[in-house]
Amino acid sequence: MKSLQKHQLERVGKSLTGFCIAVVILVVGSLVVMVAQRGLSAFAVDGVDLWGFLSGVTWNPHQPDASGAPTVGALPMIFGSFAVTLLSCLFVIPFALGSAIYTVEVNPKFGNTVFRPALELLVGIPSVVFGLVGLTIVVPWIRGWSGGTGYGILAGSLVLAVMVLPTVTSLIIDALNAVPAAYRMSSSALGGTRWQNTWHIVLKAATPGILTAIILGMARAFGEALAVQMVIGNAATIPDSLVSPAATLTSVLTTSMGNEAMGTVYNDVLWSLALILLLMSLVFILIVHIIGNRSEVKHG
Amino acid sequence: MMQITERDTRGAAVEAEMREPVLATHDVGVRYDETKVALSGVNLEFAAGEVTSLIGPSGCGKSTFLRCLNLMNREIPHCHIDGEIVYDGHNINTPDENLYELRQSIGMVFQIPNPFRKSIRDNITFAPRCHGIKDKKRLDEIVETSLVKAALWDEVKDKLDKSAYALSGGQRQRLCIARTLAMNPKVVLMDEPCSALDPIATFSIEDTIGQIAGEGISVIIVTHNIEQAARISDKTAYFLLGEVVEWGDTDAVFSDPKDKRTQDYLTGRFG
Ligand SMILES: Nc1ncnc2c1ncn2[C@@H]1O[C@H](COP(=O)(O)OP(=O)(O)OP(=O)(O)O)[C@@H](O)[C@H]1O
Ligand SMILES: [Mg+2]
Repeated sequence: MKSLQKHQLERVGKSLTGFCIAVVILVVGSLVVMVAQRGLSAFAVDGVDLWGFLSGVTWNPHQPDASGAPTVGALPMIFGSFAVTLLSCLFVIPFALGSAIYTVEVNPKFGNTVFRPALELLVGIPSVVFGLVGLTIVVPWIRGWSGGTGYGILAGSLVLAVMVLPTVTSLIIDALNAVPAAYRMSSSALGGTRWQNTWHIVLKAATPGILTAIILGMARAFGEALAVQMVIGNAATIPDSLVSPAATLTSVLTTSMGNEAMGTVYNDVLWSLALILLLMSLVFILIVHIIGNRSEVKHG
Repeated sequence: MMQITERDTRGAAVEAEMREPVLATHDVGVRYDETKVALSGVNLEFAAGEVTSLIGPSGCGKSTFLRCLNLMNREIPHCHIDGEIVYDGHNINTPDENLYELRQSIGMVFQIPNPFRKSIRDNITFAPRCHGIKDKKRLDEIVETSLVKAALWDEVKDKLDKSAYALSGGQRQRLCIARTLAMNPKVVLMDEPCSALDPIATFSIEDTIGQIAGEGISVIIVTHNIEQAARISDKTAYFLLGEVVEWGDTDAVFSDPKDKRTQDYLTGRFG
């Protein structure tokens, strides 16, 4: 009797968890299908040229070009997205790495009681707040020395950098903490200085984790919409400098999506932009997995 | 009987060097957190080419003592070392002792084999590089000689650039020994180096220890395996509750212990 109950319980558990999985898969799957379907219909139904879309530099969906096709060159936005992502990464890496090393290797007491909690607090701040701060501090500051409007890729990257810094730093701290204490012990027993130990042993061992942290930070920066849109200037052209207005895939989406009726060409190409975002995040996740697998294969 | 004869022959070869201790402690004590006395009044001497076993029940301060000898205890916060530790004619237990140079001469092998997440070659070249050797040819030489001394060369010579984690537990431990030998140390400290290994790997490490000692290195090994102590060591020190109760030639300590407490421990009547 009792064993029967246990057996049933097992079945109930299995079907409950199975059901949850099924729902999640269904939601994610239909999301991907929907974005793909809508995003591709610009090319399949509306006759937009895929190559022209990816390489064109003029974004003016309401204005058909000479041949009557809509002018939807998305390169400025693609460029803008990659530019803010890479540039913000460049700002983030030294500070994240440096403060993570300080926290784990130099002064864990301060790091764990003051710095870490402060970081965790920052992680929770909504992106619109970062946007606001960017708008009131970063943009006027850039305007002050550049002479332009102050909006642009530089402002966007700075805001994104501050935004992803806590996440990336936290993840790097985790990666460094995961390096066995025994490594540090044996490298100092071999007469290495703290710097040699950190550089050659700890960072080397933590490299996959550090790369993962950076890639996840990039993914977050690439996908961030609101904060970027507030400071980038929203001009869908390839800017001639880091301090002139530009646009990203996300900023165009947030500024235009609400205004266009479903099924119009304009609406369809916005979905195409969304599809690019989706594909990119797929790429980021893939890279993270490849990094994980490679280090596993190499060191077991 | 056979083993003892072997050991004596080897001992004779390095007899000349055996007179002067390379390393000696005078009244060494250790306190953790200022109040917790883990070790007190330890006076021991270690000669070149000699294997010394440190035995005793758990928690009696063997590891603590071993970590004094290369000042690893300095890496532990709130750990205070008293007394004199004389290496190469001078007291190293001073604030201005150069730890980096000291640890070149006094190497250490840990309980759990813990190669770095690097290739076999890089595991060995790490220490020499840290100490300023850059020449590629010289480094290659060091890799080979250290691996030969650690009896690992034949097994890994074709895969030096593979990850150290591709090795078995026993091989990893011998790699850790090789990594230490790469600095050409005068003393090698080992804290229960075989306790994570199977009997066969253990025997091969014991062989390696014999060879290292044959090179004139003073080996100091902590072990819970009393037979191992009897097999491999020239001298044995018995630790109990933070003190050395008995210290002498292994044969003498095992066949005719002076102290009743040593006798009890060796015959398993401890506790
Ligand atoms: N980092 C530390 N902080 C505080 N106390 C410590 C520390 N390390 C060791 N001790 C204490 O010092 C005493 C001696 O410990 P030690 O590790 O030297 O013993 P051991 O003889 O090596 O034991 P085992 O055979 O179990 O390895 C123990 O009472 C232990 O609790
Ligand atoms: Mg111990």
